[in-house]
Amino acid sequence: MRDRELPVAQRSQAQLVLRRFRQHRLAVSSLIVLLALVLLAFVGGWLWRYSVADLTSDESVPPSWAHPFGTDAAGHDTFAQVLRGTQISIGISVLVAVFATVIGTVWGATAGYYGRRLDTVMMRIADLVLTLPLLAVAAVLGHNVGGSWWLIAVVIAGLYWAYVARVARGVVLSLREKEFVEAARAIGASDARIIFRHLVPNAFGSIIVNATVLVSVAILLETALSYLGFGVRPPDTSLGLLVSEAQTAVETRPWLFFFPGLFIILIALTINFIGDGLRDALDPQQTRVRK
Amino acid sequence: MLAYAVRRILVSVPILVLATFVVFVMVSLSGDPLSQLKTRNPPPPPRTLELEAHRLHLDEPLLVRYWHWITGVIHGDFGPSVQSTQVIGPELVHRFLVTFRLIGLAMLLALVLAVLVGVVSAVKQYSGTDYTFTFFGFLFLAMPSFWLAILLKEAGISFNDTVGNQVLFTIGESSVYVEGGTWASITDILGHMILPTISLALLSFAAWSRFQRASMLEVLNTDYVRLARAKGLRRGTVMTRHALRTALIPLVTVTALDLGAIISGAIVTENVYQWRGAGSYLLESIQHDDVYAVAGWLLISATFVILFNLAADLLYAVLDPRIRYA
Repeated sequence: MRDRELPVAQRSQAQLVLRRFRQHRLAVSSLIVLLALVLLAFVGGWLWRYSVADLTSDESVPPSWAHPFGTDAAGHDTFAQVLRGTQISIGISVLVAVFATVIGTVWGATAGYYGRRLDTVMMRIADLVLTLPLLAVAAVLGHNVGGSWWLIAVVIAGLYWAYVARVARGVVLSLREKEFVEAARAIGASDARIIFRHLVPNAFGSIIVNATVLVSVAILLETALSYLGFGVRPPDTSLGLLVSEAQTAVETRPWLFFFPGLFIILIALTINFIGDGLRDALDPQQTRVRK
Repeated sequence: MLAYAVRRILVSVPILVLATFVVFVMVSLSGDPLSQLKTRNPPPPPRTLELEAHRLHLDEPLLVRYWHWITGVIHGDFGPSVQSTQVIGPELVHRFLVTFRLIGLAMLLALVLAVLVGVVSAVKQYSGTDYTFTFFGFLFLAMPSFWLAILLKEAGISFNDTVGNQVLFTIGESSVYVEGGTWASITDILGHMILPTISLALLSFAAWSRFQRASMLEVLNTDYVRLARAKGLRRGTVMTRHALRTALIPLVTVTALDLGAIISGAIVTENVYQWRGAGSYLLESIQHDDVYAVAGWLLISATFVILFNLAADLLYAVLDPRIRYA
């Protein structure tokens, strides 16, 4: 009857994290804005009366009820294009975050856990990736992958995993010496079990925060790549490509330039705020929120 | 200290050697330098293709090609370009000098602004000023570099229109022809640099000012700063002499780590302002499948990143005695 002596409902780790996250007002409102954007892009894009390829009879009209974001010189509906661009840009960056996080975590955790030679070799390889300017390498590789969106995601993830590996290694290095790992080893757990059942779950907080931030970094890299012409290519579109096509029309048709840019900023900004909220919520040392 | 420096340099060398190999193999496999020639209409005779392949060493195995290339690079020969009239080495040097002018000034500007803003934000934590700076920090962090650069370019054009005189140049890294002496060409170059420098600096500034704020806050909460205040030192003295000096050290590493990102940013900025610098040379070379030019480009930038990180590590050891004796 211990429960009666301590009348506090037991809460799981996830509940605690969720509770702390909910109190981060900026992060919660960012999450709502981001979800609204995602819904708008994926559901709204599907419902909207124009699609990317549609040529309307209105050319270069400013925003109106018929065309909320106006149209370009060829008569494309900018709203439909921005929604499609948002779909592609979000799709790429989420895929990058997933790929890079999985590869980087396994890489970094393995290096950190085994240490010595293997650690040196594996982390030197990661260092090598980090010494090259990402955009340059992505442009070299992107030039030949033919502009399909998931291949671009693979290229970008192939460069970002090194960052994740560094973070994961750092966390694992400090966890490796903890008693619970020693205990697991003492009862004969295999290395793989220790890494994936003990170390990675404990490093989960840092990894998930990192993955969130990766989404926003990846969306900026993808749009830059598409802007330079080495990412997503016509007939498909991305937010970066839309800005690139509109860069000569900032004065004459500003809606073509500002709406895609605004969407990039909104996505990256909200993700950064959510990452901040998650960082605070996942920090076990935080005692401020206990209501 | 010397032992540390030597050890650190010895670690950098294998990375650089490995980098040259990875870069060369990656670039060689990612494009066919003859593709432009092959798609030409009417198709060139097979003999031309053969000769061109021989000129570009494509008839040799990859490893042999790498060996020729790397021994050539050591002697200053970066290999044959697809554009037969162009010599890669001097072109790379010329282009990178233009870009480093931009990068150097932008980094300096970003650092000065970041330290100022970071320190003010930390000292006046949770004040209106702090919130304003934080807001702009987050905004610039989320802003795509090309978008900001285009926006600034447009702002520069309308500024010129209001003044009625071209004060800010928005195209190219310098005018083709400048009248007057050295002084006129220096002001001309500076006029071309203002907008691109600001565009590039604002991006690093955002991240660095956030970092500087955190690092300053950490130092402000230490015992020795409290002690310095308690023993009656003036607030200004404590802030500059005690707190700031320590809080600046971590920024050294962050600056060095970000060099790669700044080079990436410079590629985009040059593209927006149509500079004929390293960034545009890289993009042109990729378009032409100019394998040796791209490999040389990546090699130079990787060398700079490694050297910069090396310098930062050594500087860190000079500034922070705990590392030296560890």
